[in-house]
Amino acid sequence: MRWIWIDRFVEFDSGKSAKAVKNLSMAEDHFADHFPGYPMMPVSLMIEGLAQTGGILAGEARAFREKVVLAKIPTAKFYRDVFAGVQLTYAVELIQCRDEGAAVIGRVLVGDVLVGEAEIFFAHLDQARSQQLFGDHNFVFSGELKKILGLAKLSAN
Amino acid sequence: MASLTRDEVFARVAAQLVVALNVDDDQVTPESRLQADLGAESIDFLDIVFRLEREFGIKIPRGELFPEAIFSGDPDFVQNGKVTPKGIAELKAKMPYADFGTFEIDPKMETIGDLFTVDLITLYVESKL
Repeated sequence: MRWIWIDRFVEFDSGKSAKAVKNLSMAEDHFADHFPGYPMMPVSLMIEGLAQTGGILAGEARAFREKVVLAKIPTAKFYRDVFAGVQLTYAVELIQCRDEGAAVIGRVLVGDVLVGEAEIFFAHLDQARSQQLFGDHNFVFSGELKKILGLAKLSAN
Repeated sequence: MASLTRDEVFARVAAQLVVALNVDDDQVTPESRLQADLGAESIDFLDIVFRLEREFGIKIPRGELFPEAIFSGDPDFVQNGKVTPKGIAELKAKMPYADFGTFEIDPKMETIGDLFTVDLITLYVESKL
């Protein structure tokens, strides 16, 4: 299955911050069960959206030299439910980026309203080794996510 | 900024470890071993480095506080699961703030992790301030 939890980048300040949007639609499978009659976006999928936004930001900062993998979520707090029909904004800020890994702070917003926030930690794995261990399909940087970033950069120029 | 006492450094290091490792305040003592006592895993070491850099405004170059791949299986340094005197000297050079008292009595490779204590961090941070 495709595992893309952001729709489009709307802001991208290389090495510093990025914003992506995610439109919640009743057509998405998870709303059928979560929950019937109460289509609430699972927090785990919002955290994944923050991780994808932040992972691209961290990877791009180092020209995608390494695989960036989600390693730790030190803190995550969510304050309100959000439902099918809204547009979420994932706003992330890169607070640390080194050889071994990177850290971001991400906030989930609906307009100006803060839905939740999380600190997310990534580890950097070198490409050759991780290709051996895991193959191409398990990581944030499948071609699909890089294409989303490519579209954002095109429209910025 | 005015220089900090060791107690003050310890208190601030301990506060960061409480957050990074999700342990209680009273579990963190100077002698606490990061892995055996506080449950730290490899990704936590990087989280700790990030937090210390932010908390104290210092730069911690890769491998300076927590050396990686300490011996790479070199037989000069490790024989039959025990660290040789040459290996111990190498460790001491890489980790000048660690306490080798207990380790030297029975220098088993698998107990190297016990050298990573809260005190190691406190002394290292002090040296950087």
